[in-house]
Amino acid sequence: MDNNHYILETQNLNIYYGNFLAVKDVNFKVHRHQITAIIGPSGCGKSTLLRAFNRMNELVPSARSEGKILFNGEDIYDPSIDPVEVRRRIGMVFQKPNPFPKSIYENIAWGLKINGFRGSKSELDDLVEQALRGAALWDEVKDKLDQSGLSLSGGQQQRLCIARAIAIKPEVILMDEPASALDPIATLKIEDLMRELKENYTIVIVTHNMQEAARVSDYTAMMMLTGNEERSGTVIEFDRTDLIFTRPKDKRTEDYITGRFG
Amino acid sequence: MPRDTLIRQINQIQDEILILGSMVEQATLSAVQALKNRDTHLAHEIFEQDQVINEKRFAIENAIITLMATQQPMARDLRGMTAMLEVNTELERMGDYAKGIAKVVTRIGEGEVVIPIQEIEKMAEIAVSMLHRALGAFISENSSQALAIPKEDDQVDELFNQAYRKIIEAMIANPNLIDHTNLMLWVIHNLERLADRVTNICERTVFSATGELFEIDGMDEDDANV
Repeated sequence: MDNNHYILETQNLNIYYGNFLAVKDVNFKVHRHQITAIIGPSGCGKSTLLRAFNRMNELVPSARSEGKILFNGEDIYDPSIDPVEVRRRIGMVFQKPNPFPKSIYENIAWGLKINGFRGSKSELDDLVEQALRGAALWDEVKDKLDQSGLSLSGGQQQRLCIARAIAIKPEVILMDEPASALDPIATLKIEDLMRELKENYTIVIVTHNMQEAARVSDYTAMMMLTGNEERSGTVIEFDRTDLIFTRPKDKRTEDYITGRFG
Repeated sequence: MPRDTLIRQINQIQDEILILGSMVEQATLSAVQALKNRDTHLAHEIFEQDQVINEKRFAIENAIITLMATQQPMARDLRGMTAMLEVNTELERMGDYAKGIAKVVTRIGEGEVVIPIQEIEKMAEIAVSMLHRALGAFISENSSQALAIPKEDDQVDELFNQAYRKIIEAMIANPNLIDHTNLMLWVIHNLERLADRVTNICERTVFSATGELFEIDGMDEDDANV
């Protein structure tokens, strides 16, 4: 594998919940500093696959996985790897904005502190400002940093969560339907932000909204349930986004993106 | 199967394109008829019909844009709609060729002129037949038919060359008729270009069906053999 080109790679990845094989035999590579979208119908394992990338699935007691996920060439499921460190380097933003019930400032500063920040107050101020600027939120909140994060609008809260994620300088940001609870304007702001963020980060986004995947991503993975008896989700097609949305190779992808699925 | 609205609206636009196509076919055959019979009255009817063709072209274009904006087509649907936009434009230009021939009819009036009518009628017949089948292939997304039709353009080119020689010989034989006889070069040029544009429709058919964009016989706008 070309480590410079690909930041994440799954090899024969299977994910089980108990005996149920939820995600089957996934092999695909995530390009560094690109936005990769995972699309597919409900229940096909998109979020399960996304959560595998930073070992969030193992917080579900019955979940287990087989195969490998290489992050910069290293298997993140290797026993020697600390899952907390994996989650620091591969951050996550969720569907529903979930700021801490603390001030805007503390939402950012807290993550830094628990990740070992030991500098001065002014250094901390700088890092908070940097993160909020990076999430295109600074100008809107700079005069009310002591107000609760929950006082912000939905779109602002989501950008606060993105600021919180980037404050600890991860390499990858996983986003699970980050704009599905937002209005169209807030959605476009998040999408613009994603394009800025990819200069410094790699983004993997799960979305139900195909137009969003088409607008924002560079690569698209199409997932679908396959198999006769036990239906498991797998990646049926992976390609450049422009090709997936103009001339997909797999008939099932074609049917899904043209709305003829189901 | 979902997307009934989208499919119904696509079918409606396809029907309109077929209607536009038959208007262009009719205009082309009428223009040649007007030339053969030196019928300036029919030529004026073709001018009027060209207005209708132009309006219909814009109406179809608007319908496609509206459908794109409201239904957000993807993949095959998206390719089909962009191809419809192209084909729509090609048909309008073909209509202009018919109008151009009608214009020649009014310009020569009852004046003396040499008209290689056999070749011209044959060119029009083949070109219109190619257009008719190309539109059929387009609507049914039949790329193998679309790939075959442009080969027939060779016959049109051959007739063009025959007519071209006759016209030049007539000019040499009768220099005082050059003004009018020269207009016959326009006529055969228009018919030759019309057949070339059928190839463009066939290329869009292949794109719509397969996603592949390429020139079928390598002939482009500048290769017209005048």
